[in-house]
Amino acid sequence: MNLAPDIWLSLWLTIKLAALSTVILLLIGTPLAWWLARSRHMAVDIVGSLVAMPLVLPPTVLGFYLLMILGPNGPGGLLAGLWGQRTLAFSFTGLVIGSVVYSLPFVVQPIRNAFVALGERPLEVAATLRATPWQSFWRVAVPLARPGFLTGAILGFAHTMGEFGVVLMIGGNIPGETKVLSVAIYDFVETAQWAQAHLLSALMVVLALAIILSVSLIEKRIGRQAL
Amino acid sequence: MRPPIRIRLKDDLGRFSLDVRFEAPGRGVTALFGPSGSGKTTILRCIAGLHRAKLGEVIVEDWPWQVDGLFRPVHERPIGYVFQEASLFAHLNVRGNLTFGMPAVAQPDDLPLDEVVQLLGLANLIDRNPASLSGGERQRVAIGRALLSQPRLLLMDEPLAALDQASRDEILPFLERLHDRLSLPIIYVTHDMREVERLADHIVLIEQGRVIAAGPMAQVQSDPQLPLMKLRDASVTMLARIIARDRSYGLTTLAVDGGTFLVPMMQGEVDEYHRLRIAASDVSLAREQPNPSTIANNLRARILDLRHTDDHQIVVVLGLGEAGFGERLLARVTRHSFDELQLAKGLSVFVQIKSVALMGAR
Repeated sequence: MNLAPDIWLSLWLTIKLAALSTVILLLIGTPLAWWLARSRHMAVDIVGSLVAMPLVLPPTVLGFYLLMILGPNGPGGLLAGLWGQRTLAFSFTGLVIGSVVYSLPFVVQPIRNAFVALGERPLEVAATLRATPWQSFWRVAVPLARPGFLTGAILGFAHTMGEFGVVLMIGGNIPGETKVLSVAIYDFVETAQWAQAHLLSALMVVLALAIILSVSLIEKRIGRQAL
Repeated sequence: MRPPIRIRLKDDLGRFSLDVRFEAPGRGVTALFGPSGSGKTTILRCIAGLHRAKLGEVIVEDWPWQVDGLFRPVHERPIGYVFQEASLFAHLNVRGNLTFGMPAVAQPDDLPLDEVVQLLGLANLIDRNPASLSGGERQRVAIGRALLSQPRLLLMDEPLAALDQASRDEILPFLERLHDRLSLPIIYVTHDMREVERLADHIVLIEQGRVIAAGPMAQVQSDPQLPLMKLRDASVTMLARIIARDRSYGLTTLAVDGGTFLVPMMQGEVDEYHRLRIAASDVSLAREQPNPSTIANNLRARILDLRHTDDHQIVVVLGLGEAGFGERLLARVTRHSFDELQLAKGLSVFVQIKSVALMGAR
C-alpha cells in the first residue's frame, strides 16, 4: 500500500512540532521550575497552579482561549500584524505556542521535582567551594537534576505528539502547516479510509511504546549509576 | 602568626537567642564545644555566611566578612567547610569532587592536589564514585575537597558525628596530621570531649546560645568555675617532649613544664612533641614522698584550687613543680581523704599518676 505524500508531510510536521516545542519548553521550563522549586514567594502557589492547569482542563477549553488570544482580535493577531499576517491561529507558529502551553506541566513538573529533591546541601557545599550562584546552577544543580530533565523532555515531546483537541481548535487541518498525525488519523476515519487510519494508528502505538520504554530504561540506568 | 578571628553574633533562634562574642586564634584548632542544640552549628554557619545573623560581626585576618550593613556572600569568603555528612557531589567522581573548588589559576603557596591526596590517603580512591566509598572515606574526600579550595579558615561541623567508631578512629589521625602540617586555622564544632582533647588547642564553651568560657585548652579544663571539671571524666591535656627512651624496659620519658613522666614505649624520637591526656580519676595525692610502688610517676605539685562535686568528691587543681608554676593537673579525691590528709589550697603535695594517655604526635 502506498501512503499518500501528505501523510509523510503530517509525520514530518508532527516531529518538527514536537521537537521545536520541546526545545522551547526546556528553555522556558528550566528557569520556571528553578523558581518554583526554590522561591518562597507567595506567587509560587498561584503560578504553580496555572502551570498545572492543562492537566485538568479539557483541551477544547484550552484551545478555545488560545483561539481567542491568538486570533485576529487577540494579542496574537496584533502580533501577527507586525509581519503582515492576520492571525496566529491556524498557523504552525500558533500550534507551537499552543503545544508549549499544553505540555508545560509535563516538562516543568519533573524538573521542579528534581530541583526540590536536590535539597539545600549540594548548593551550600558549592557556595563554600567558591562557586557563584550561576556556577552552582550549571555545575551542580543541572547535572544532579539530569533525570528530571530527561523525563521532562521525553514527556514534553511525547505529549506534544499526541495532542489532538488543542490542535483541532487552533490549528484546523491545513496540510504542511497544521495537519499533524493525530488530525490526519481523524480525517482518515471520517472519510472511511480504514487502512490508512490503521497504519498511522499502529505507528503512533509503536512510537508511544518506544518513548515510554526509553523513559523507564533511562531512569533505571541513572538509578544504577547513583548506587 | 595570623591575626585572630573575631566573632560577635546576635540572633533569635526560636528556642533561645544566640548572643556570642569570642576570638579564635589565627592558628591551631579552636573547638566550639557544647551540648547538642546549643547553637554551635549556627555560629559556624554564620561565620561561613550560610546563615545571616540579625546582628553580627565576623572579621577574619582583619578582613570584614560581616559588619554593620556589609554581608559578604558565602562564595566570596575564603573558607573550607566540612559538613557533618560528607555531602559529596554524586555526579562527580572523587577527583572531580576534590578539584571542584580548586582555583583556576594556582598560586605559588597553594596546597597541591598531590599533597592533599597523600595527606588524607586518597590515592586509591581517586577514580572511584562517591557512592562506592565507606563513610570514613567519603568524609576524608570532603575534607580534601575543602582544603583544595585553598581556604584561609577551615570550618568543621561535627565531621565525625555521623560516623561509626571504626571510621572515627580511622579519621582522627588524619585530622591530627592536618593540625600538624598546615598552618591553617580550624574552627571545629563538636559535642564530643574526646575529639576536643585530641585536636583542640583552644576551646570555646557554648551553652544555650551563650559563650560561657573561652581560652587555651589547659586553662579552661582546669578552671574550677567551669562545668568541664564536673564531668565524670574530667581531665587535662598538655604537650610533652620526649627526652629519653629506654628500649630495654620499653619506656619513654616525657617532659612537661614542672615535671617528667615515664610512659610505656611508643613510636617517636627524642625531642618530638606528643599530646598527653591525664584524667582526674587517674591522679592521687599524698602529703609525703610515697614509698616506691608500681606506680611509676611521682611528681611534686601545689594545690591551686578545688571544687566540690555533687557526689562527695573534690576535684583538686594542681600546678606541677614545687612552686606550682608548671602545667595544670586535676585530681579527683573523695572528701573523706581530702579531710583525712588535711589538704588545703596552697599546700605542696606529691602526685601519683596511674596512667597517661598518649594522644598522638605533635
